[in-house]
Amino acid sequence: MYKYDAIDQQIVNERVAQYRDQTNRYLAGELSEDEFRPLRLQNGLYIQRHAPMLRIAVPYGMLSSKQLHKLAAIAKRYDKGYGHFSTRQNLQLNWPKLEDVPEILAELATVEMHAIQTSGNCIRNITTDQFAGVAPDEVIDPRAMAEVMRQWSTFHPEFALLPRKFKIAVSGTKQDRAIVQAHDIGMEFYKDEQGKTAIRVWVGGGLGRTPILGTIICEHLEWQHALTYCEAIIRVYNLHGRRDNAYKARIKILVKALGIDEFKKQVEAEWLHLKDNPNTITEAELARVAKHFEAMPYENLPAQDASFDAAIASNPAFAAWIKRCTHPHRQAGYRAVTISLKPHGHPPGDITSEQMDVVADLADAYSFGELRASHEQNLILADVKLSDLFAVWEKARSAGLATPNIGLLTDIICCPGGDFCSLANAKSIPIAEAIQMQFDNLDYLHDIGDLELNISGCMNACGHHHIGHIGILGVDKDGSEWYQVTIGGKQGNDASIGTVIGPSFSAEEMPGVVQRLIEVYIQQRTAEERFIDTVRRIGVAPFKGHVYAANGKEASHV
Amino acid sequence: MSNLIKDNSIVADDWVRIVPPSLGEEAVRKQAGKVVLFKLTGEETFTAEQISATQIPATGKVLVPFTVWRANKDALASRVSQGEVGLLIATHEAIEDVMAEIKDINAFALVAVYVERFADGRIFSIGNLLRTRYGFKNELRAIGDVLRDQLFFLKRSGFNSFLIRADRNAQEALQSLKDFSEPYQGAVDNTQPAWRRVNR
Repeated sequence: MYKYDAIDQQIVNERVAQYRDQTNRYLAGELSEDEFRPLRLQNGLYIQRHAPMLRIAVPYGMLSSKQLHKLAAIAKRYDKGYGHFSTRQNLQLNWPKLEDVPEILAELATVEMHAIQTSGNCIRNITTDQFAGVAPDEVIDPRAMAEVMRQWSTFHPEFALLPRKFKIAVSGTKQDRAIVQAHDIGMEFYKDEQGKTAIRVWVGGGLGRTPILGTIICEHLEWQHALTYCEAIIRVYNLHGRRDNAYKARIKILVKALGIDEFKKQVEAEWLHLKDNPNTITEAELARVAKHFEAMPYENLPAQDASFDAAIASNPAFAAWIKRCTHPHRQAGYRAVTISLKPHGHPPGDITSEQMDVVADLADAYSFGELRASHEQNLILADVKLSDLFAVWEKARSAGLATPNIGLLTDIICCPGGDFCSLANAKSIPIAEAIQMQFDNLDYLHDIGDLELNISGCMNACGHHHIGHIGILGVDKDGSEWYQVTIGGKQGNDASIGTVIGPSFSAEEMPGVVQRLIEVYIQQRTAEERFIDTVRRIGVAPFKGHVYAANGKEASHV
Repeated sequence: MSNLIKDNSIVADDWVRIVPPSLGEEAVRKQAGKVVLFKLTGEETFTAEQISATQIPATGKVLVPFTVWRANKDALASRVSQGEVGLLIATHEAIEDVMAEIKDINAFALVAVYVERFADGRIFSIGNLLRTRYGFKNELRAIGDVLRDQLFFLKRSGFNSFLIRADRNAQEALQSLKDFSEPYQGAVDNTQPAWRRVNR
């Protein structure tokens, strides 16, 4: 993974000094709440219900074991001994003290980490596929470009105070796993007919209050121009995006208002001036960064391993974990492993300091000392030998990190919700936990098969509910908490936004509602169909009918 | 004590900012009960009545809002050539519309961009365009809600003078011009990104 040089290190060190000074000025009363807010937000510090929340950047999800050990130590020392991995592949601490944050940043800087631009109206952490570099369907490893873009976007002077937050995702696979269509800018890398690296640029996607999938603004952009083209897009947005209404300030609203053709015309006109400026990426610079992402020193192994096959044959629990929690690898004899942060009945994405140390040790022993965070809020050991999988499973299992539920109903994506977040309309973690307990029977869970269930505590959609096969959104009705259900959302190349099935439900009703949705699926599915396929084939009506009939509610009674 | 920073030091401000009179009550615009804090790009700044009621002192250096200058273009022409007129642009004024009315931006000794609120980042793009697209070479000043935490970005976007908000200390603000020693990306002040400046 990328290692800082003197310039990178100096920037994070200077950032620590700058933020320490800003905090001191705030504590001394020289900065008002209003003036300090954009400063602390650009550093990932929110003021929450109980305490501030600090969001630490994990650029495109890559972590070293040393970094994870440091995060474990920070969570123990400055927080309550746990952290929360978010859908932006970042780590959030729920209980740090505002005055401790400069010290936390100083500690992070010692392991090449920071909290720069993890919040606020600026370019946020750039995300990508958690299997980058090891996925068999990968065409281009997007991490070198993601790092080049991380550096370019860090303290970009022109885009320091945008109308609203700005999220970029990059992907280089046939099957999109980075939800490029749900980002302000999505960059899909591919090989063109000449075999050269090109980018398909999507713009104006996003979830939140107004969920919209992105539109292609450029079908073929040469990779050298990635930064200047982004500058053109973001400049048009910075000058013309709405600032008068926070709910209409994302780029998607501007793109919709102008229409993609007019927006593209303005971007292209701007780009004529910016194209080939010194921010144009050179072969040498890309090569310098790409060196950090070269393939691991893999052993030459056969595609089969006898001890591994024997363990699967004799141990059904291990076999279930292999089926759900390991993924194909481009190198023969290796697999990628997902460490589930979704044990039933616990807040999705949460991990204790002790567990962080366990995962970091596993990475050191079995996966070249590196790991990744996924936007589904799990951790990944990307390079594990078949012959080591049993040992990894045993150690992960004894730490509560081997629930064989990846991609299943209980692998819930969930925001912190009303228990922590002051934006939330409703709690989300207790709903996730209740649903997990409702489906605690593993055989039943495996029979239901692939299903993505996403929960957000408010329309800001941190839990990506719109693209969940089942999406749950917390809403406020007359001061009490209710839950609106959508079905038919999906991430990937054929992404879609889910459809609301009808009036919302109370928290107590939710496990039963999900149960009813599953009943319709089980009854209607064909042998090959996943839940999402059945929804797409038969439509929302049968699900709606069954849920509301059982509920004693009239579905038409909205 | 002056609150004006120019080219890295505190200097006296010899420009008088011309502010059109407010005629009658200005309506507070609201949306969903919230006060609207930002004007949309392209929105009008002053009414025709305000512009015609604006008094411009006959001597001395005057910083004149764009629309006021436009209405008094001929009367101000000789003072412009004597370096006595500065042009004041607000962040919500569309810079391409402003520039369409100006033959030679370098005729103005000073261009100032007024930012009503700290969080209004349009000022950075406007500064950049004035320097790179429109070739403005003279003093480019940020005024309004200008606090030290914008300075590094403003400097990188082409500004070389900064009128720090009256209730803040310009001496302390000077420190922020040096927040980062080797920024990553090319910008107006240094067009070369880190990888072209130094051997990484």
